Amino acid sequence: MPATSDVSGADMALLISHLDVRFGRGEEAVHAVRDVSLTVRRGESFGLVGESGSGKSTVLRAIAGLATDWTGRIAVDGEDLGRKRSKAFYETVQMVFQDPYGSLHPRHTVDRTLSEPAKIHGIGNVGGRVEALLHDVGLGPEFRFRYPHQLSGGQRQRVAIARALMLEPRILLLDEPTSALDVSVQAEILNLLQRLKHEHGLTYILVSHDLAVIAHMCDRLAVMNAGRVVEEMDVDQLRRSQPQHNYTRQLLNASLGYDRDKADSLLTFD
Amino acid sequence: MSGPGTGSLLEVEGLSIDFPTRTRTVHAVRDISFSVGREKVGIVGESGSGKTMTGRAVLGLIRPPGIVTARRMDFDGIDLTKLSEREYRRIRGNRIAMVMQDPKFSLNPVMTIGRQIDEAYRVAAGAAAGAARRRTMEMLKAVRIRDPERVYKAYPHEVSGGMGQRIMIAMMLVAEPDLLIADEPTSALDVTVQMQVLAIVDDLVSQRGMGLMFISHDLNLVASFCDRVVIMYAGQIVETCRASELHKATHPYTRGLLASLPRVDQPVERLSTLVREESWKTEPGVDARNL
Repeated sequence: MPATSDVSGADMALLISHLDVRFGRGEEAVHAVRDVSLTVRRGESFGLVGESGSGKSTVLRAIAGLATDWTGRIAVDGEDLGRKRSKAFYETVQMVFQDPYGSLHPRHTVDRTLSEPAKIHGIGNVGGRVEALLHDVGLGPEFRFRYPHQLSGGQRQRVAIARALMLEPRILLLDEPTSALDVSVQAEILNLLQRLKHEHGLTYILVSHDLAVIAHMCDRLAVMNAGRVVEEMDVDQLRRSQPQHNYTRQLLNASLGYDRDKADSLLTFD
Repeated sequence: MSGPGTGSLLEVEGLSIDFPTRTRTVHAVRDISFSVGREKVGIVGESGSGKTMTGRAVLGLIRPPGIVTARRMDFDGIDLTKLSEREYRRIRGNRIAMVMQDPKFSLNPVMTIGRQIDEAYRVAAGAAAGAARRRTMEMLKAVRIRDPERVYKAYPHEVSGGMGQRIMIAMMLVAEPDLLIADEPTSALDVTVQMQVLAIVDDLVSQRGMGLMFISHDLNLVASFCDRVVIMYAGQIVETCRASELHKATHPYTRGLLASLPRVDQPVERLSTLVREESWKTEPGVDARNL
């Protein structure tokens, strides 16, 4: 894989090299991520695209410390990560999950959900920050003491984004942040993420199955299939429809809409 | 009615669905009229627009306290509004089938997949066990399941979401229904599998003359897959057109939805968002019958 060495250490937000992730042991073991190497520059939006089972979310989970059985190297801001993540790590890296219905505690108010990370990390002026962040993500102060069931899907995802920003991280891991939302709400959340990126100087690693979302949000992307990165490219290459790998070409074709003749020519890449 | 293209399979006029609550009545669907012939009709709308309720009403699946009223609801000469629960059961699954959105809640968790599809076929076609098994294997292969022997013996929790969805589709198609109501049938599938599953359904429409009501939020997919599109907003049909002409849609809601989609080939700085007008809820809906 290219692109591991073309970024100098100082600009690098994230480096992954020869990452392998396995689930289970022996015969039953699933080799979910195979020899993945990537670098993400500071301030960049990097997309990971692929179909279900391609390993794209597992890469994010390995970075976040949620998948622990990995080998290889993961470095954030030039510092190598071990099996366990320190408290300080979560002040740099935070994650937003796919399902806004599942990722918020149903019996906690928005206020409690947002306050929790600050309390764990011993940060003062919690109330002020909660208010400021609610405002940042476009929710009025009246949302502060509501429960998740009183919010729409888009409002919940705004809360999840606000929670991720409570510790003022520099890197956000976004796992399909809009795939559970209606398209008009998706547009609002993507716009919000773009604005927050500029305001807070964030680096994004965005996982999605939707090439159009990746093209809109990202500068560069890696295409994954069956645990491997099959192709890494600039978004311009994607926009000009110039993928090198057949798998990427097929994914791009299929995402342009239904075509009876195309359906028969689809191949399985393993 | 016989052969593709002649008349409607389903004709609905003035369908309303209300849910009375303690404080007010929720009008989930408000006086809509549409028809489905031996063609692919896409019903598009966002969550809460009433599109799923519309599909369920056709199958008689709205339970009390929900109230369904319609001036007319005819399926191939049968007046659906007059059917008893017993008579409905003879049509449901057999002549009108529905693929639900979430396979997790639609498959029986304590029955093997093979037995469930066998059962669907035996009830619908009155077939013997051996014939049903052969037919089930055929259908599993048709929905591109690579290892049908294993899947036949597996329980629903042992297969992935995408596979569960294909199994649901196999189960609904095994009885060769005249009308298939598909509620977001492919939104959990990868794009490549989605294309293959849609091709199966497409062939059933073009070769066997099945009618399809395709409920979806995916405008691009509906535009490329369906023949006609019906756009729903707040329980009403706000616009209808040929699928190939969806990009020329005129209603501000449809235009807003189209504009909010990011596109690979057309970069924009900011995505346009939808500004909803109160008047969309009060202006009269359009008639989507293909007369």
